[in-house]
Amino acid sequence: MIGIGRWARLVLIGLPFAWLGLFFLLPLAIIVKISLARSAIGIPPYTPLFFDDGSGLKIQATLANFALLASDDLYLRAYLGALGNAALATALCLAVGYPIAYAIARSPGRWRLLLLFLVMLPFWTSFLIRVYAWLAILKPNGLLNQLLIAAGLIATPLPLLNNVFSVELGLVYSYLPFMILPLYGSLSALDESLLEAAADLGARPFRAFLGVTLPLSLPGIAAGSLIVLIPAIGEFVIPDLLGGADTLMIGKVLWDEFFNNRDWPVASAVAVVLVAALAIPILLAQKFLAPERAA
Amino acid sequence: MRRSGGALALRGGVLALGFGFLYAPIVLLVLYSFNASRLVTVWAGFSTRWYGALARNEGFRAAALTSLEVALMAASLALVLGTFAGFSMARFARFPGRPLFGFALMAPLVVPEVILGLSLLLMFVAGESVIGWPQGRGVMTITIAHATFGACFVSVLVRAQLAGFDRTLEEAALDLGARPWAVLARITLPGISPALVSGWLLAFTLSLDDLVIASFVTGPSATTLPMAVFSSVRLGVSPEVNALATLFLGVVFVLVALAFWLMARADRRRIIS
Repeated sequence: MIGIGRWARLVLIGLPFAWLGLFFLLPLAIIVKISLARSAIGIPPYTPLFFDDGSGLKIQATLANFALLASDDLYLRAYLGALGNAALATALCLAVGYPIAYAIARSPGRWRLLLLFLVMLPFWTSFLIRVYAWLAILKPNGLLNQLLIAAGLIATPLPLLNNVFSVELGLVYSYLPFMILPLYGSLSALDESLLEAAADLGARPFRAFLGVTLPLSLPGIAAGSLIVLIPAIGEFVIPDLLGGADTLMIGKVLWDEFFNNRDWPVASAVAVVLVAALAIPILLAQKFLAPERAA
Repeated sequence: MRRSGGALALRGGVLALGFGFLYAPIVLLVLYSFNASRLVTVWAGFSTRWYGALARNEGFRAAALTSLEVALMAASLALVLGTFAGFSMARFARFPGRPLFGFALMAPLVVPEVILGLSLLLMFVAGESVIGWPQGRGVMTITIAHATFGACFVSVLVRAQLAGFDRTLEEAALDLGARPWAVLARITLPGISPALVSGWLLAFTLSLDDLVIASFVTGPSATTLPMAVFSSVRLGVSPEVNALATLFLGVVFVLVALAFWLMARADRRRIIS
């Protein structure tokens, strides 16, 4: 900005940059370092990467943790399980969220702000509480089973909890607002005269949707999908509370390696592989989510 | 566009189903917090006994105070850091390391929480063994962690608001002889105040809500409210947690509604003047 001095500029950029370097970028580097260490008994519970045995500084690094990830198919299944569950949840969020975003974008102006507020509101409330709310609904003697039995639709309770169904439900429920907002952004910016032109040229509404609305909302679809997919792959709370023992997702495996097995180097190796796998979607997300693009 | 009765009904139906899905679990949770029965699924009449039980629960009370302390400090730190960062990204088109800075601001928004938590913990442990800082883990380490991702959210809001900010106002003030700092304090900052208010609130509620990152970076001395709720929920559904959740939802609803109302009013005023 005109007139703001060099020092002010240095502080404005430097302070948050230094903070993020120290508390985001450096920790990512440290995770790589510790994934190359061996587990040890002591505090901290891993061997140092650099050590001095009297004849100069030496490096001891091992790829044993990564070899373990490759040899035990638990990890591969957990990565694939997380990817599969998250991809399905993203597709379901898109299928559920698109009509909602479309309906909001086509609502009268004074309603839109209120409807958007109602979409945002659950996001501001506790994630944990919203996942917990489903527990009471889905339990074997829970509200949904009682309702279905009372209605005479089923005789014995359905297994609604601790399976793929409950995990998907939890993921879709929790991440739906993140899908709706970018979709709404794209759809509300759509020039309606394009649809009128398509209709004038004889296109039926569905044809006009496929030819005009859908292609023009692709940036919103991309942004919404990435913002749902990436965190859902590493999700821990939902598979833990709604998934039971059979649900294998990598976020839960990482948590268990760290808190139950106390194996920090293996937990770090799990995290390094996860970050590497997510690098491309994260870079894509950065491109699609830049605020100047949304504004 | 043609607006037929059928399209209107369809739109209403979609919205009713969508919002029904989003809100039904929350409404049921609130309803059952007033249930007299210990069994969450059997309705036995209206009662506020679980709110009484909650008030006597020392563990939850201590955890709630810890969470509030962390959230207040983390949100305030995040506001300063995030405003600086958002301002830098919006107004300084080039400086060394800008792409890396942009990446570090955006990535914490999507990187899974288990990774943020684990990496920060390892950093704190390494820091303690190499330079003796931080000494032990607890409120301070959770605050640092929450301020970090909170700052990223604040920076997105500030950056977006500055992108839509009419810069001719600043230029006019400068032309009329105002000093740059006066312009910043009297034009720019008030102009982006909706982003500052909602950014602080967002950082505050995200901090209050965080379970995963806090679980990694805390030590034996500090338990936050989500951590206490999580360990209680793992043992099963309890009406006390329903009461706690209802109180929490009530406070958040009021705060967020207030913030939205203030922002909507500010918007209207800007359009009128």
